[in-house]
Amino acid sequence: MTFAYHYNWSVLWSQPYITWWMHGIRLTLEIGFFAWIIALSGIFIGTLRSSSSGWLHFLPTAYTEIFRNVPFLVQLFMWYFAFPMIFPDTIRIYINHIIGFNYYIAIIALGLYTASRIAEHMRAGLASIETMEYEAALSTGMTRYQMYRHVIIPHALIIIIPTLTTEFLTIFKNSSVAMTIGVAETTFTSYRIASTTFHGLEATTGAMTIYLLLSLTIVKISGIIESKVRIPGMAGR
Amino acid sequence: MFKAVTNNIVFFINGFTLTLELAILGIIGGIILGALLGLGRISKNKFVYYFVSVYINILRSIPLILVIFWFYFFMPIISGRSFTPFFSATISFIIFESAYFAEIFRSGYQSISKDLVSAALSTGMKHTQIARYILIPIAFKRMLPSLVTQAIITFQDTSLAFVIGLREFVRSASIVDNIEVRSIQIYGFVAIVFFIFCFSGSKIATYFETANKKTGLS
Repeated sequence: MTFAYHYNWSVLWSQPYITWWMHGIRLTLEIGFFAWIIALSGIFIGTLRSSSSGWLHFLPTAYTEIFRNVPFLVQLFMWYFAFPMIFPDTIRIYINHIIGFNYYIAIIALGLYTASRIAEHMRAGLASIETMEYEAALSTGMTRYQMYRHVIIPHALIIIIPTLTTEFLTIFKNSSVAMTIGVAETTFTSYRIASTTFHGLEATTGAMTIYLLLSLTIVKISGIIESKVRIPGMAGR
Repeated sequence: MFKAVTNNIVFFINGFTLTLELAILGIIGGIILGALLGLGRISKNKFVYYFVSVYINILRSIPLILVIFWFYFFMPIISGRSFTPFFSATISFIIFESAYFAEIFRSGYQSISKDLVSAALSTGMKHTQIARYILIPIAFKRMLPSLVTQAIITFQDTSLAFVIGLREFVRSASIVDNIEVRSIQIYGFVAIVFFIFCFSGSKIATYFETANKKTGLS
């Protein structure tokens, strides 16, 4: 059985679709940016894991391993469906009435998930710094806190900038998973247009182009940042 | 405690089997295609190099969900017939993961120094022998930790087949949850199962990594 397919690319720019697209792009950007702010706590979590022992080592380790080894989709469902259930009924009814609850949950879940990934990069970055550098910092009379604050963490951050760039790209890609809880971001928009117009191919191709342009922009910007913070005399990537 | 799970255990096992099938097909297909694409990335032929690079960079900058959708809509149009969600999901995974595997293979191929090849040639080995006894074993050992890590990621990614209604592990869980409304137990169970598999996998990757460090391979 064959059927003819008539392309209709106007689903990308005609009304009301263009309004949907704009709204979708805005949500993708918002979720990505706000989640990124939460995710930066991974720098602290990774440092804590590398620099301490006992409980202060175990807790960040457990955090990183749990959040890295469960698929993001499952985490999102945990936050969206399971998390409100731990509250008594009276509070749960209140939670269910929060407008844009899925939007906030998407930001929090994505932020916490990415934080675990950044923590892992941070640990690798710290591990690549030689012991001599720690000793040199301590020998100038710095306390351990000062050593981390002024020498080790800034150096480790410069080392992991390329991986942080990748992670920043990934956060926008992963924000697409939020469509499963009904957040109307870019991927959701393409799906919505697909199911109202039956022009899924055009709609998903349009969404792909949006993500491509977004990542090209980010790569460009991070190239500029990398050249600004590079330590003279050290090899770039 | 996990009553909602034990009551529907057969349903969960079926879902998990489907997840495993998807993951295994995606990993095997992704590795085969990735190994070839990796060759393209070190190719001296400009056309092959640019074509493969564009392919990899495009796939690496779009979300997997979108790739799944795209194939779901695209394949019926080019072939003129419909496919099962399982088939179209498998194809999407192979295509998507191959871009990530390709970069692992590229760095694996590039990690072999020219000196090593020259040394092998000087002992009188043939090119096929060099590939068979020196290049492939060394490159493979070096790539093994990253390959295992990417395999775990592929396993986690299969959960996204959820979006085209494929009844894999997470979709099964959500169907059960719609009936039982025991989200904490149900998604908790799913998370624990994924965690056990992925955590063991990451330990295996670390084991290979330390083994490589000991033998000076990394």
